[in-house]
Amino acid sequence: MIGSVDEAAVRAALGEVPDPEIPVVSVLDLGMVEAVDVTDRSIRVELLPTFVGCPAVDLIRDAVASRLASFGRPVQVDVSFRVPWTSDRITRAGRDKLRQSGFAPPAAEAADVRCPYCASDRVALDNLFGPTQCRSLYYCRACRQPFEQFKAV
Amino acid sequence: MTATAEELLPATRNALSLLLLAMADDEFVIGFSDSEWTGIAPLLEEDVAMSSLAQDELGHAQALYRLLAELVDDGRDADAIAFDRPPEGYYHARLLDHPRGDWANTIARRFLYDTADAIRLEALASGSWTSLAELVEKIRREERYHLLHGGAWLERLAAAPGEPRRRLLEALERMGPDAATVLSPLPDEASLVLAGIVDATSPELEARWRERIRPVFERLDLPMPPAAADPGRSRTNHSDTFRWLHGEFTAVRRIDREATW
Repeated sequence: MIGSVDEAAVRAALGEVPDPEIPVVSVLDLGMVEAVDVTDRSIRVELLPTFVGCPAVDLIRDAVASRLASFGRPVQVDVSFRVPWTSDRITRAGRDKLRQSGFAPPAAEAADVRCPYCASDRVALDNLFGPTQCRSLYYCRACRQPFEQFKAV
Repeated sequence: MTATAEELLPATRNALSLLLLAMADDEFVIGFSDSEWTGIAPLLEEDVAMSSLAQDELGHAQALYRLLAELVDDGRDADAIAFDRPPEGYYHARLLDHPRGDWANTIARRFLYDTADAIRLEALASGSWTSLAELVEKIRREERYHLLHGGAWLERLAAAPGEPRRRLLEALERMGPDAATVLSPLPDEASLVLAGIVDATSPELEARWRERIRPVFERLDLPMPPAAADPGRSRTNHSDTFRWLHGEFTAVRRIDREATW
Protein backbone atom coordinates (compact mmCIF):
# COMPACT_ATOMS: atom_id res chain seq x y z
CA MET A 1 0.00 0.00 0.00
CA ILE A 2 1.63 3.21 -1.13
CA GLY A 3 -1.03 5.48 0.33
CA SER A 4 -4.31 6.92 -0.80
CA VAL A 5 -4.64 8.09 -4.36
CA ASP A 6 -7.52 10.19 -5.55
CA GLU A 7 -8.36 12.07 -8.71
CA ALA A 8 -6.98 15.33 -7.28
CA ALA A 9 -3.61 13.70 -6.64
CA VAL A 10 -3.52 12.30 -10.17
CA ARG A 11 -4.47 15.65 -11.67
CA ALA A 12 -1.77 17.36 -9.61
CA ALA A 13 0.73 14.87 -11.01
CA LEU A 14 -0.51 15.51 -14.56
CA GLY A 15 0.19 19.19 -13.90
CA GLU A 16 3.86 18.17 -13.73
CA VAL A 17 3.92 16.45 -17.13
CA PRO A 18 5.31 19.03 -19.57
CA ASP A 19 4.54 19.45 -23.23
CA PRO A 20 7.69 18.08 -24.93
CA GLU A 21 8.05 21.13 -27.17
CA ILE A 22 7.02 23.91 -24.81
CA PRO A 23 7.89 22.48 -21.41
CA VAL A 24 6.60 25.54 -19.55
CA VAL A 25 3.04 24.28 -20.14
CA SER A 26 1.73 20.95 -18.84
CA VAL A 27 -0.73 18.56 -20.44
CA LEU A 28 -3.24 19.90 -17.91
CA ASP A 29 -2.58 23.53 -18.95
CA LEU A 30 -3.17 22.54 -22.58
CA GLY A 31 -6.52 20.95 -21.73
CA MET A 32 -5.44 17.58 -23.12
CA VAL A 33 -6.82 15.65 -20.14
CA GLU A 34 -10.42 14.67 -20.80
CA ALA A 35 -10.94 12.11 -18.04
CA VAL A 36 -9.23 10.71 -14.96
CA ASP A 37 -10.63 7.53 -13.40
CA VAL A 38 -9.06 6.30 -10.19
CA THR A 39 -10.09 3.01 -8.61
CA ASP A 40 -8.45 0.92 -5.87
CA ARG A 41 -6.84 -1.17 -8.57
CA SER A 42 -6.01 1.14 -11.42
CA ILE A 43 -5.62 4.63 -12.81
CA ARG A 44 -6.99 5.48 -16.24
CA VAL A 45 -6.35 8.76 -18.04
CA GLU A 46 -7.93 9.81 -21.34
CA LEU A 47 -5.88 12.26 -23.40
CA LEU A 48 -7.06 14.29 -26.39
CA PRO A 49 -4.40 15.03 -29.04
CA THR A 50 -4.20 18.72 -29.96
CA PHE A 51 -3.83 17.75 -33.64
CA VAL A 52 -4.72 14.41 -35.26
CA GLY A 53 -1.21 13.86 -36.57
CA CYS A 54 0.71 15.44 -33.69
CA PRO A 55 4.00 13.53 -33.60
CA ALA A 56 4.45 14.33 -29.89
CA VAL A 57 1.44 12.25 -28.80
CA ASP A 58 3.40 9.05 -28.17
CA LEU A 59 6.00 10.93 -26.14
CA ILE A 60 3.26 12.58 -24.08
CA ARG A 61 1.44 9.30 -23.47
CA ASP A 62 4.68 7.67 -22.28
CA ALA A 63 5.51 10.66 -20.06
CA VAL A 64 2.06 10.52 -18.45
CA ALA A 65 2.34 6.77 -17.86
CA SER A 66 5.78 7.09 -16.36
CA ARG A 67 4.79 10.01 -14.06
CA LEU A 68 1.74 8.13 -12.77
CA ALA A 69 3.64 4.88 -12.26
CA SER A 70 4.82 6.23 -8.89
CA PHE A 71 1.29 5.79 -7.52
CA GLY A 72 1.97 2.08 -7.48
CA ARG A 73 -0.99 0.72 -9.38
CA PRO A 74 -1.55 -0.17 -13.04
CA VAL A 75 -1.88 2.87 -15.26
CA GLN A 76 -3.78 2.98 -18.54
CA VAL A 77 -3.39 6.02 -20.82
CA ASP A 78 -5.86 6.19 -23.70
CA VAL A 79 -5.54 8.63 -26.59
CA SER A 80 -8.95 9.38 -28.07
CA PHE A 81 -10.95 11.67 -30.34
CA ARG A 82 -14.14 11.08 -28.31
CA VAL A 83 -14.47 14.83 -28.01
CA PRO A 84 -12.42 17.10 -30.27
CA TRP A 85 -9.59 18.96 -28.55
CA THR A 86 -10.23 22.64 -29.18
CA SER A 87 -7.91 25.53 -28.49
CA ASP A 88 -10.33 27.02 -25.96
CA ARG A 89 -9.48 24.07 -23.70
CA ILE A 90 -6.14 25.75 -22.91
CA THR A 91 -6.54 27.02 -19.34
CA ARG A 92 -6.13 30.64 -18.26
CA ALA A 93 -2.88 29.67 -16.52
CA GLY A 94 -1.79 27.89 -19.70
CA ARG A 95 -2.48 30.98 -21.80
CA ASP A 96 -0.46 33.14 -19.41
CA LYS A 97 2.46 30.73 -19.49
CA LEU A 98 2.40 30.64 -23.31
CA ARG A 99 2.43 34.43 -23.49
CA GLN A 100 5.33 34.64 -21.03
CA SER A 101 7.26 32.24 -23.28
CA GLY A 102 6.70 34.35 -26.40
CA PHE A 103 3.73 32.47 -27.88
CA ALA A 104 0.42 34.21 -28.56
CA PRO A 105 -2.43 32.08 -27.24
CA PRO A 106 -5.25 31.17 -29.64
CA ALA A 107 -7.74 33.94 -30.38
CA ALA A 108 -11.35 33.50 -31.42
CA GLU A 109 -11.04 36.25 -34.04
CA ALA A 110 -7.96 37.20 -36.06
CA ALA A 111 -8.45 40.79 -34.86
CA ASP A 112 -7.93 39.62 -31.27
CA VAL A 113 -4.34 38.43 -31.80
CA ARG A 114 -1.89 40.42 -29.66
CA CYS A 115 1.89 40.45 -29.67
CA PRO A 116 3.03 38.33 -26.72
CA TYR A 117 6.01 40.67 -26.19
CA CYS A 118 4.49 44.16 -26.26
CA ALA A 119 0.72 43.41 -26.31
CA SER A 120 0.25 45.54 -29.44
CA ASP A 121 -2.59 44.76 -31.82
CA ARG A 122 -0.50 46.00 -34.77
CA VAL A 123 0.30 42.46 -35.84
CA ALA A 124 0.34 40.89 -39.30
CA LEU A 125 -0.28 37.26 -40.20
CA ASP A 126 2.82 36.05 -42.00
CA ASN A 127 1.82 32.41 -42.52
CA LEU A 128 -1.19 30.34 -41.47
CA PHE A 129 1.24 27.48 -41.05
CA GLY A 130 4.25 27.37 -38.76
CA PRO A 131 7.05 25.17 -37.46
CA THR A 132 4.55 22.71 -35.96
CA GLN A 133 0.99 21.78 -36.93
CA CYS A 134 -0.49 23.78 -34.04
CA ARG A 135 1.07 27.20 -34.76
CA SER A 136 0.83 30.12 -37.19
CA LEU A 137 3.48 32.80 -37.82
CA TYR A 138 2.93 36.50 -37.09
CA TYR A 139 4.99 39.67 -37.14
CA CYS A 140 4.55 42.55 -34.70
CA ARG A 141 4.82 45.91 -36.46
CA ALA A 142 5.07 47.74 -33.13
CA CYS A 143 8.08 45.98 -31.60
CA ARG A 144 9.26 44.39 -34.87
CA GLN A 145 9.34 40.96 -33.44
CA PRO A 146 8.20 37.82 -35.26
CA PHE A 147 6.20 35.47 -33.04
CA GLU A 148 4.19 32.26 -33.19
CA GLN A 149 0.52 31.96 -32.37
CA PHE A 150 -1.35 28.82 -31.37
CA LYS A 151 -3.92 28.17 -34.09
CA ALA A 152 -7.53 28.43 -33.05
CA VAL A 153 -9.10 25.05 -33.84
CA MET B 1 -25.91 4.41 -30.08
CA THR B 2 -23.57 3.14 -32.73
CA ALA B 3 -23.34 -0.44 -33.91
CA THR B 4 -20.20 -2.40 -33.13
CA ALA B 5 -18.14 -3.78 -36.01
CA GLU B 6 -19.68 -7.25 -35.48
CA GLU B 7 -23.21 -5.88 -35.65
CA LEU B 8 -22.78 -4.33 -39.11
CA LEU B 9 -24.22 -6.24 -42.04
CA PRO B 10 -21.48 -7.72 -44.23
CA ALA B 11 -22.28 -5.38 -47.14
CA THR B 12 -22.20 -2.34 -44.83
CA ARG B 13 -18.98 -3.47 -43.27
CA ASN B 14 -17.39 -3.97 -46.66
CA ALA B 15 -18.61 -0.58 -47.90
CA LEU B 16 -17.32 1.11 -44.73
CA SER B 17 -13.90 -0.47 -45.13
CA LEU B 18 -13.71 0.74 -48.75
CA LEU B 19 -14.77 4.26 -47.71
CA LEU B 20 -12.08 4.34 -44.99
CA LEU B 21 -9.50 3.02 -47.45
CA ALA B 22 -10.47 5.61 -50.07
CA MET B 23 -10.29 8.48 -47.57
CA ALA B 24 -7.04 7.28 -45.99
CA ASP B 25 -5.33 6.67 -49.35
CA ASP B 26 -6.46 10.09 -50.63
CA GLU B 27 -4.93 11.85 -47.62
CA PHE B 28 -1.83 9.64 -47.71
CA VAL B 29 -1.08 10.20 -51.41
CA ILE B 30 -1.73 13.94 -51.46
CA GLY B 31 0.31 14.26 -48.25
CA PHE B 32 3.31 12.51 -49.76
CA SER B 33 2.91 14.28 -53.08
CA ASP B 34 2.79 17.74 -51.49
CA SER B 35 5.68 16.96 -49.18
CA GLU B 36 7.84 17.03 -52.31
CA TRP B 37 7.73 20.82 -52.00
CA THR B 38 9.71 20.72 -48.77
CA GLY B 39 12.87 22.68 -49.49
CA ILE B 40 11.91 23.85 -52.99
CA ALA B 41 8.63 25.78 -52.68
CA PRO B 42 8.53 29.15 -54.49
CA LEU B 43 8.52 31.07 -51.18
CA LEU B 44 9.97 30.19 -47.79
CA GLU B 45 6.49 30.68 -46.28
CA GLU B 46 5.09 28.12 -48.71
CA ASP B 47 7.88 25.70 -47.92
CA VAL B 48 6.66 25.80 -44.31
CA ALA B 49 2.99 25.75 -45.31
CA MET B 50 3.21 22.78 -47.70
CA SER B 51 5.30 20.80 -45.21
CA SER B 52 2.74 21.47 -42.47
CA LEU B 53 -0.19 20.64 -44.75
CA ALA B 54 1.49 17.39 -45.73
CA GLN B 55 2.07 16.54 -42.07
CA ASP B 56 -1.63 17.14 -41.32
CA GLU B 57 -2.69 14.89 -44.21
CA LEU B 58 -0.36 12.06 -43.22
CA GLY B 59 -1.70 12.34 -39.65
CA HIS B 60 -5.27 12.09 -40.93
CA ALA B 61 -4.30 9.10 -43.07
CA GLN B 62 -2.69 7.37 -40.09
CA ALA B 63 -5.80 7.85 -37.92
CA LEU B 64 -8.05 6.56 -40.74
CA TYR B 65 -5.79 3.53 -41.36
CA ARG B 66 -6.02 2.76 -37.63
CA LEU B 67 -9.83 2.78 -37.77
CA LEU B 68 -9.65 0.56 -40.83
CA ALA B 69 -7.25 -1.85 -39.09
CA GLU B 70 -9.71 -2.17 -36.17
CA LEU B 71 -12.65 -2.71 -38.49
CA VAL B 72 -11.00 -5.25 -40.78
CA ASP B 73 -9.12 -6.95 -37.94
CA ASP B 74 -7.01 -9.16 -40.21
CA GLY B 75 -3.76 -8.83 -38.30
CA ARG B 76 -2.44 -5.83 -40.26
CA ASP B 77 -1.73 -2.63 -38.36
CA ALA B 78 -1.98 0.89 -39.79
CA ASP B 79 1.61 0.84 -41.10
CA ALA B 80 1.12 -2.51 -42.82
CA ILE B 81 -1.97 -1.19 -44.59
CA ALA B 82 -0.22 2.07 -45.50
CA PHE B 83 3.04 0.64 -46.83
CA ASP B 84 2.76 -3.05 -47.68
CA ARG B 85 0.47 -2.97 -50.72
CA PRO B 86 1.64 -3.01 -54.34
CA PRO B 87 0.82 0.19 -56.29
CA GLU B 88 -2.28 -1.37 -57.87
CA GLY B 89 -3.68 -2.08 -54.38
CA TYR B 90 -4.07 1.62 -53.56
CA TYR B 91 -7.52 3.14 -53.71
CA HIS B 92 -6.96 6.91 -54.01
CA ALA B 93 -8.85 9.05 -56.51
CA ARG B 94 -7.41 9.56 -60.00
CA LEU B 95 -7.06 13.30 -59.29
CA LEU B 96 -4.17 12.35 -57.00
CA ASP B 97 -2.45 10.30 -59.69
CA HIS B 98 -1.23 13.45 -61.42
CA PRO B 99 2.34 14.58 -60.78
CA ARG B 100 2.94 17.45 -58.38
CA GLY B 101 3.72 19.60 -61.41
CA ASP B 102 4.31 23.32 -61.04
CA TRP B 103 2.98 25.57 -58.30
CA ALA B 104 -0.26 26.35 -60.18
CA ASN B 105 -0.84 22.62 -60.62
CA THR B 106 -0.34 22.01 -56.91
CA ILE B 107 -2.67 24.84 -55.92
CA ALA B 108 -5.36 23.81 -58.40
CA ARG B 109 -5.26 20.24 -57.16
CA ARG B 110 -5.27 21.29 -53.51
CA PHE B 111 -8.31 23.48 -54.08
CA LEU B 112 -10.21 20.79 -56.03
CA TYR B 113 -9.32 18.06 -53.53
CA ASP B 114 -9.85 20.07 -50.34
CA THR B 115 -13.27 21.35 -51.39
CA ALA B 116 -14.43 17.84 -52.40
CA ASP B 117 -12.98 16.33 -49.23
CA ALA B 118 -14.75 18.99 -47.13
CA ILE B 119 -18.11 17.91 -48.61
CA ARG B 120 -17.31 14.27 -47.85
CA LEU B 121 -16.31 15.10 -44.27
CA GLU B 122 -19.48 17.13 -43.70
CA ALA B 123 -21.56 14.16 -44.84
CA LEU B 124 -19.86 11.95 -42.23
CA ALA B 125 -19.65 14.34 -39.29
CA SER B 126 -22.93 13.39 -37.67
CA GLY B 127 -22.90 9.79 -38.87
CA SER B 128 -23.82 6.78 -36.78
CA TRP B 129 -20.37 5.15 -36.86
CA THR B 130 -19.20 7.07 -33.82
CA SER B 131 -15.48 6.45 -34.04
CA LEU B 132 -15.42 7.81 -37.61
CA ALA B 133 -17.76 10.73 -36.87
CA GLU B 134 -15.57 11.77 -33.89
CA LEU B 135 -12.39 11.64 -35.93
CA VAL B 136 -14.02 13.55 -38.80
CA GLU B 137 -15.17 16.25 -36.39
CA LYS B 138 -11.54 16.73 -35.35
CA ILE B 139 -10.14 16.55 -38.89
CA ARG B 140 -12.55 19.21 -40.15
CA ARG B 141 -11.14 21.75 -37.68
CA GLU B 142 -7.70 21.26 -39.23
CA GLU B 143 -8.90 21.18 -42.82
CA ARG B 144 -10.39 24.65 -42.34
CA TYR B 145 -6.83 26.00 -42.57
CA HIS B 146 -6.18 24.00 -45.75
CA LEU B 147 -9.30 25.51 -47.35
CA LEU B 148 -8.21 29.03 -46.38
CA HIS B 149 -4.75 28.45 -47.82
CA GLY B 150 -5.92 26.87 -51.08
CA GLY B 151 -8.68 29.43 -51.60
CA ALA B 152 -6.36 32.38 -51.09
CA TRP B 153 -3.80 30.99 -53.56
CA LEU B 154 -6.39 30.07 -56.19
CA GLU B 155 -7.65 33.64 -56.06
CA ARG B 156 -4.14 35.06 -56.22
CA LEU B 157 -3.15 33.04 -59.29
CA ALA B 158 -6.49 33.56 -61.07
CA ALA B 159 -6.37 37.31 -60.56
CA ALA B 160 -2.78 37.72 -61.74
CA PRO B 161 -2.80 38.25 -65.51
CA GLY B 162 -0.17 36.65 -67.70
CA GLU B 163 1.83 33.63 -66.63
CA PRO B 164 0.18 32.86 -63.24
CA ARG B 165 -3.35 32.80 -64.69
CA ARG B 166 -2.21 30.98 -67.83
CA ARG B 167 -0.55 28.25 -65.77
CA LEU B 168 -3.61 27.94 -63.53
CA LEU B 169 -5.86 27.50 -66.56
CA GLU B 170 -3.51 24.85 -67.95
CA ALA B 171 -3.57 23.05 -64.60
CA LEU B 172 -7.38 23.09 -64.50
CA GLU B 173 -7.50 21.77 -68.05
CA ARG B 174 -5.21 18.88 -67.06
CA MET B 175 -6.84 18.00 -63.76
CA GLY B 176 -10.40 19.32 -64.03
CA PRO B 177 -11.65 16.14 -65.76
CA ASP B 178 -10.40 14.08 -62.80
CA ALA B 179 -11.54 16.44 -60.01
CA ALA B 180 -14.89 14.71 -59.43
CA THR B 181 -13.20 11.32 -58.98
CA VAL B 182 -12.81 12.17 -55.28
CA LEU B 183 -16.60 11.82 -55.01
CA SER B 184 -17.13 8.94 -57.46
CA PRO B 185 -19.53 6.24 -56.17
CA LEU B 186 -18.03 3.50 -54.01
CA PRO B 187 -19.22 -0.14 -54.07
CA ASP B 188 -22.30 -0.77 -51.88
CA GLU B 189 -22.35 2.85 -50.71
CA ALA B 190 -26.18 2.81 -50.44
CA SER B 191 -25.74 0.55 -47.42
CA LEU B 192 -23.77 3.31 -45.68
CA VAL B 193 -26.61 5.77 -46.21
CA LEU B 194 -29.09 3.17 -44.94
CA ALA B 195 -26.99 2.63 -41.81
CA GLY B 196 -26.78 6.38 -41.22
CA ILE B 197 -22.97 6.41 -41.49
CA VAL B 198 -22.99 8.96 -44.32
CA ASP B 199 -25.90 11.28 -45.05
CA ALA B 200 -26.04 10.98 -48.87
CA THR B 201 -24.76 8.94 -51.81
CA SER B 202 -21.91 10.14 -54.03
CA PRO B 203 -23.99 11.78 -56.80
CA GLU B 204 -25.64 13.99 -54.14
CA LEU B 205 -22.24 14.80 -52.62
CA GLU B 206 -20.88 15.73 -56.05
CA ALA B 207 -23.89 18.02 -56.60
CA ARG B 208 -23.22 19.69 -53.24
CA TRP B 209 -19.55 20.13 -54.16
CA ARG B 210 -20.38 21.76 -57.51
CA GLU B 211 -22.83 24.08 -55.81
CA ARG B 212 -20.12 25.03 -53.29
CA ILE B 213 -17.35 25.81 -55.78
CA ARG B 214 -19.46 27.30 -58.60
CA PRO B 215 -19.61 30.84 -57.13
CA VAL B 216 -15.80 30.86 -56.74
CA PHE B 217 -15.19 29.62 -60.29
CA GLU B 218 -17.71 32.09 -61.70
CA ARG B 219 -16.25 35.04 -59.79
CA LEU B 220 -12.71 34.16 -60.95
CA ASP B 221 -13.93 33.31 -64.46
CA LEU B 222 -12.48 29.80 -64.36
CA PRO B 223 -13.93 26.73 -66.17
CA MET B 224 -15.93 24.42 -63.90
CA PRO B 225 -14.57 20.85 -63.80
CA PRO B 226 -16.49 18.56 -66.18
CA ALA B 227 -18.01 15.23 -65.13
CA ALA B 228 -15.44 12.51 -64.50
CA ALA B 229 -14.87 10.13 -67.39
CA ASP B 230 -15.12 6.42 -66.55
CA PRO B 231 -16.13 6.95 -62.88
CA GLY B 232 -16.22 3.19 -62.29
CA ARG B 233 -12.42 3.19 -62.51
CA SER B 234 -11.83 6.37 -60.54
CA ARG B 235 -9.81 4.61 -57.85
CA THR B 236 -8.03 1.84 -59.74
CA ASN B 237 -5.74 1.71 -62.74
CA HIS B 238 -3.11 4.10 -61.37
CA SER B 239 -0.55 6.13 -63.33
CA ASP B 240 3.20 5.70 -63.74
CA THR B 241 3.57 8.88 -61.68
CA PHE B 242 1.93 7.11 -58.76
CA ARG B 243 4.08 4.02 -59.28
CA TRP B 244 7.13 6.25 -58.93
CA LEU B 245 5.74 7.98 -55.82
CA HIS B 246 4.92 4.56 -54.32
CA GLY B 247 8.54 3.54 -54.81
CA GLU B 248 9.60 6.66 -52.92
CA PHE B 249 7.25 6.41 -49.95
CA THR B 250 7.79 2.68 -49.42
CA ALA B 251 11.59 2.90 -49.69
CA VAL B 252 12.33 3.03 -45.95
CA ARG B 253 9.77 0.34 -45.14
CA ARG B 254 11.33 -1.99 -47.71
CA ILE B 255 14.81 -1.48 -46.27
CA ASP B 256 13.79 -1.82 -42.61
CA ARG B 257 10.29 -2.91 -41.57
CA GLU B 258 10.89 -1.93 -37.95
CA ALA B 259 12.16 1.59 -38.70
CA THR B 260 10.71 4.31 -36.46
CA TRP B 261 11.39 8.01 -36.22
